[in-house]
Amino acid sequence: MIRDITIGQYYATESAIHKLDPRVKVIATFAYIISLFCFSKFSGYIVAALFFGVMVILSKVPFKFIVRGLKPIIFMLVFTAALNLFWSQGETKLISIGIFTITLEGVKKAAYMAIRLILLIIGSSLMTLTTTPNQLTDAIEKILHPLNKIHVPVHEVAMMMSIALRFIPILIEETDKIMKAQMARGADFESGNIFHRIKNMLPIIIPLFISASRRANDLALAMDARCYHGGDGRTKMKPLKYKRVDFIAYVVVITYLVIQQVVVRILPF
Amino acid sequence: MSIELKNVNYIYGVGSGQEKQALKNINLKIGDGEFIGLVGHTGSGKSTLTQLLNGLERASSGEIYYNGQNIYEKNFNMRELRGKVGLVFQYPEHQLFETSVIADVQFGPKNLGLDNLEVELRSYEALKLVGIGEELIDTSPFALSGGQKRRVAIAGVLAMQPEVLVLDEPMAGLDPAGRDEILSLLKDLHQKKNITIILVSHSMDDIAEYADRVLVMNHGELVLDGKPRDIFQYQDELEKIGLGVPQASGVIHSLRKAGIHIDKECITAEEAAQAIASVLLEKM
Repeated sequence: MIRDITIGQYYATESAIHKLDPRVKVIATFAYIISLFCFSKFSGYIVAALFFGVMVILSKVPFKFIVRGLKPIIFMLVFTAALNLFWSQGETKLISIGIFTITLEGVKKAAYMAIRLILLIIGSSLMTLTTTPNQLTDAIEKILHPLNKIHVPVHEVAMMMSIALRFIPILIEETDKIMKAQMARGADFESGNIFHRIKNMLPIIIPLFISASRRANDLALAMDARCYHGGDGRTKMKPLKYKRVDFIAYVVVITYLVIQQVVVRILPF
Repeated sequence: MSIELKNVNYIYGVGSGQEKQALKNINLKIGDGEFIGLVGHTGSGKSTLTQLLNGLERASSGEIYYNGQNIYEKNFNMRELRGKVGLVFQYPEHQLFETSVIADVQFGPKNLGLDNLEVELRSYEALKLVGIGEELIDTSPFALSGGQKRRVAIAGVLAMQPEVLVLDEPMAGLDPAGRDEILSLLKDLHQKKNITIILVSHSMDDIAEYADRVLVMNHGELVLDGKPRDIFQYQDELEKIGLGVPQASGVIHSLRKAGIHIDKECITAEEAAQAIASVLLEKM
């Protein structure tokens, strides 16, 4: 039941995208997301969707896996689209019901916003699907490394992040186990009104908190026992190194950005 | 009371691209008042099997009958089944959550919808069974020792007065005294209350001493099913699948290999000692 959560899940397979240096993937995803907000023209989104489509094919991740990431944001999507639809000022009035007026500009704006959000979410989920959490934090640590000079504890932040990510599956499993144990004692988590259900969650939440702090304590002790003292002078088991294919990937991303800008400027829609 | 499994299969992670068959075509009948030892290496499907018995997990295919009733039928009362088939998970003390010992034990019977008097009666009885004294019932369960916590958690399941008690490695992580307490509790429950016990354990010695039937699982399949005395003859087969035999059986098998003639199959230390003694006496 609870194991079906897919956000941040890694899809293990061998593909060109999986093999890329995680820094490339993080930077490319950032560039891709920013690119989505740099224009308001359908032609640009078509370029973005095409680019994304090619990446999905290269990554060998089944398309339904990527779409699944959209499920939790459907509400937000509809809400933002509706907000844009009704509250946009514009010249060309289409329909007007009471205080609500729908304008052509509003429809366009709502459509742009929805497309942006969808491309943004599926774009970033492609990154998490093809990059393990450890690679991801490694990449972020390396990218943010220069901030060390202004005394930002980059290593510590990255370590906290990777520990947090590492604990997600453990805590999900633990929740599953505790839920089952309480269900074995006749607990019911599915019926009753909202207040009732929240109250029924107590038998899960309390043991979960206790186990989380126990695990945190154990981990801290284990790290201490192995003389962990933060990032100073620490080397990596698998240091990140750019290969030829990574430079090619950067070139591909830049080409995508250029093509997009050219298309947006030339085409009228 | 009887539980019957017919052609039960269980597949993990359907649709995730990493499917794994945890149970393969299990056929099994568990009768009234049995004491069953369930053994198998890690990941052999023991835990999955225990969770199928009270409907926590649903078989991918096949049927399970409780007292002849198909538990996957639409109007079957699952909650009642969970009261009848009590399941004690590994490290059950991790499920404690209430502010006092007694309140935690009452959680199960309350969920069964019993009236207050019955809830109280069952809870006190369960605590008495596991040997938690009056002086502890109002303390926080988190203030107890490890062994006490575990006994309180087991009391939480016993308070539902199950007909079948399934325990997943209930002795794991306890000291020898704690182990003995749990084992003698199980023996009492079995003999005095006629509760059917299904004990998952890695300790062949405990199984040999207490169980009257052993189920051996390997890679999701039920490979051996029989009396401990018969099962533990298959030392080589058991060792091949990462299991062993009770120490006593091991000693007797080695003596046999060394040419000392011992007829009887001994599975407990006491039996082995007697058999060895009688051989020695014959020689004198």
